Amino acid sequence: MEQGPAAAAGTAGAVGAAASASAPAAAAAAAAGSSLSGASAGYCPVPLPLSDSEQQCYSELFARCCCASATSSSSSSSSSSSSSSFVHPQPPSEVGRGAPIPGPAVTAGASQVGDLFRASQLPAETLHQITELCGAKRVGYFGPTQFYVALKLIAAAQSGLPVRIESIKCELPLPRFMALKNDSEIRYSNPADLHGLKCQIPYVTMEKNSFKRMDDGEKQETMSPTMSPISSPPSSPSNYQRVPLTYGYGKLRSGMDQMHAAPYEARQVALQQEGPTAGSHGSKPPRLQASLIRSLSVEREPQESNNNYPDDPWRITEEQREYYINQFKSLQPDLSSFISGSLAKNFFTKSKLTIPELSYIWELSDVDCDGALTLPEFCAAFHLIVARKNGYPLPESLPQTLQPDYLQTAFLKPKRDCALFDSYSESSMTVNQQPRDLNRIEKTSMKEKAELTAPAQEANIDDKQALKISSVDEAMPKDLSVDPATPKDLNTLRARPRSRSYSNTSLEEAMKRVEEPPTPPPRPQKSHSRASSLDLNKVFQANAPAAKPGLLPPPPALPPRPFVSQISHHNTNNDSISQPKPPGQPPGYGDFRLPEQTEQVSEIELHPQLTRTPSQTEESGSPVKKDLPHTQPPSKPIRRKFRPENQVMENQEPSVSGTSSVPTSKPHAPVQKQSSKQKKAIQTAIRKNKEANAVLARLNSELQQQLKEVHQERIALENQLEQLRPVTVL
Amino acid sequence: MAVCIAVIAKENYPLYIRSIPAEHELKFHYTVHTSLDVVDEKVSAMGKALVDQRELYLGLLYPTEDYKVYGYVTNSKVKFVMVVDSSNTALRDNEIRSMFRKLHNSYTDVMCNPFYNPGDRIHSRAFDNMVTSMMVQVC
Repeated sequence: MEQGPAAAAGTAGAVGAAASASAPAAAAAAAAGSSLSGASAGYCPVPLPLSDSEQQCYSELFARCCCASATSSSSSSSSSSSSSSFVHPQPPSEVGRGAPIPGPAVTAGASQVGDLFRASQLPAETLHQITELCGAKRVGYFGPTQFYVALKLIAAAQSGLPVRIESIKCELPLPRFMALKNDSEIRYSNPADLHGLKCQIPYVTMEKNSFKRMDDGEKQETMSPTMSPISSPPSSPSNYQRVPLTYGYGKLRSGMDQMHAAPYEARQVALQQEGPTAGSHGSKPPRLQASLIRSLSVEREPQESNNNYPDDPWRITEEQREYYINQFKSLQPDLSSFISGSLAKNFFTKSKLTIPELSYIWELSDVDCDGALTLPEFCAAFHLIVARKNGYPLPESLPQTLQPDYLQTAFLKPKRDCALFDSYSESSMTVNQQPRDLNRIEKTSMKEKAELTAPAQEANIDDKQALKISSVDEAMPKDLSVDPATPKDLNTLRARPRSRSYSNTSLEEAMKRVEEPPTPPPRPQKSHSRASSLDLNKVFQANAPAAKPGLLPPPPALPPRPFVSQISHHNTNNDSISQPKPPGQPPGYGDFRLPEQTEQVSEIELHPQLTRTPSQTEESGSPVKKDLPHTQPPSKPIRRKFRPENQVMENQEPSVSGTSSVPTSKPHAPVQKQSSKQKKAIQTAIRKNKEANAVLARLNSELQQQLKEVHQERIALENQLEQLRPVTVL
Repeated sequence: MAVCIAVIAKENYPLYIRSIPAEHELKFHYTVHTSLDVVDEKVSAMGKALVDQRELYLGLLYPTEDYKVYGYVTNSKVKFVMVVDSSNTALRDNEIRSMFRKLHNSYTDVMCNPFYNPGDRIHSRAFDNMVTSMMVQVC
């Protein structure tokens, strides 16, 4: 096959490259690569850009799959000597950054590859598709190229992208593999034999703090990579997740003699116990590992939140969470209780998604199928709706980052300690379990380890879990302390960045867009949200019948202040008054009319209060305002309202002395209010009747037109009938 | 093996009907339809006393030479009908009961969805998956 000469060239090139600089290596690579590219062009015409982390991970995975025999040396050497001594089997253009790829002579064992792929937890058809696409079927084996392409496709599929060659062009998170531990345990029962997925180790270096400790446990960590993979498809890059797992597993193997930062390790160790014990059994490990990984990911989240997941659509950002929590509160003030189905249905229907889609989203998010949404379920559902509105296709299953227990832990993020054993909630434990006592965890882990050696049955797993649960339960007297804290946390979280909710992340805007139908964006409210609480009350009353539960009270302190300052300017500049109001009108025009009328009354009340001294300016202002409404009656009701107010005020003003007598203005105000109310009511009624008249007149004319047409048709038909009749009579 | 599973509403129209070999779909539809009579018969016979005493699982409705038809009624008069291939003799009553129980649970999950209006056709993917697993696994 073509691979033969390429392989020979590859190895020759490898030798040559080892000795020389990159340029000759590149030349050799080009020579070897071109021949191989000819072979590869058929099935993999697309360049395969690999980042450094991906490169290392893939090479490790590949080495692992190939390494039935003692290729540990080659794999370790491959990991260590990253730059030289390898030939690119692909054309130079295909390689991202001088990434090392084992020579084409190395092929991955099909069974191991198959196991690895199955561990990615993708459906079988997808895996078939991937193997076909990467070309392994065509060439008959899994060479490095095919393997890397396949890994990339797996990553793409797990991210929810379609399985196509084009998918691998973009930046993808690493593929995640579940339950590899099974294979490794079975095959590599002896730790010495374990060739790690040393891809963990590079990621270790990417981690901020505790990785220095990891170096110690490197050897033992070789076993742990098998634990690292995570199950659920769309998730953010998992490197950080793998590391803690590997570390913890390594600790287990080494008998846990290395104790570093207590909570961190304790968690991992404890989690690891669960992993290995369950490892030899197919169904349980995915759940456990998913839970493990979830908890660890949550634990890592505080460290990673800054620099990761920019493109993960299924991860809820802080601001989004705040927004969701606020929306939840608007529907259900008690954060620990849940929203009933009908309430949620009304709320989500406003998002203007179709009912089948909403039904599907509900199905995804209501995991306990009780017809009600708890806070995490609600956030997940809301997030899915937002994502759908932004065009993301709905996932087949609930992403891991949207699972309720994950979200629950995420909500408790400030209490980092509690993040850990939330994973156990999967095994029917309550959320928020926190191991405080390292010793107890150690004990249980020792127990677990001892049981590891014995062949474990499913029942044993349950027993172990029960044991662990009980031990952990003992270890957690302070559990409850977290719970009261959490609502406070949420409150503080909510209150603190309230102003941030208007930030400019695209999803924020999308959310605001989504919420446009249910809730008018708070900004226009600013025009109404004056210092007077009266306004707010009226605004709320207006909103409630309009069934917009999402409408939150406008930000309490900030907006009124600028507006109040604006008011003082209004006196000097007439237009400035009317301008802030009309822009605020259109969105809620129909709804806010009536309250605005009263609002305006109150505003006018304020006006005299504020503008007592420059009363003359107001007088001059009011005639101007009076004119405006006359010219544009329908669109500027505010101004019109100003008119009667101002007229009334004007009547009063001359009678009032120039002294700023606020109390005197007040007696006038109520009287004026009533009469103006009546006037306004009449005016609105008149306006409505006029509009109705116009509409009916139009309708009438249209119907007349139709009637004429029908008449004509009838005449034509009658003519035809007459023409035909003489014939039949005869 | 379950070749056809149907969910019939109270008013005797199908909410969900699915059969495995596609070519006999019409035949199974007809079978299910005719079996409704038997269901009504059993329900009226049993339910004279008190509804509580009536068991939800109706058992074998009637056998033909190719297949057997089992029935199950919920308290809200929603009927589940399952057509099972006679060649699979290993299927015991208990297994059929457990299958109906699973169906019932999935159906209640569907009902819990506030976006589902009772009386609509069932489009829930979770329900579909469950039915698929039942039809395939028993195969």
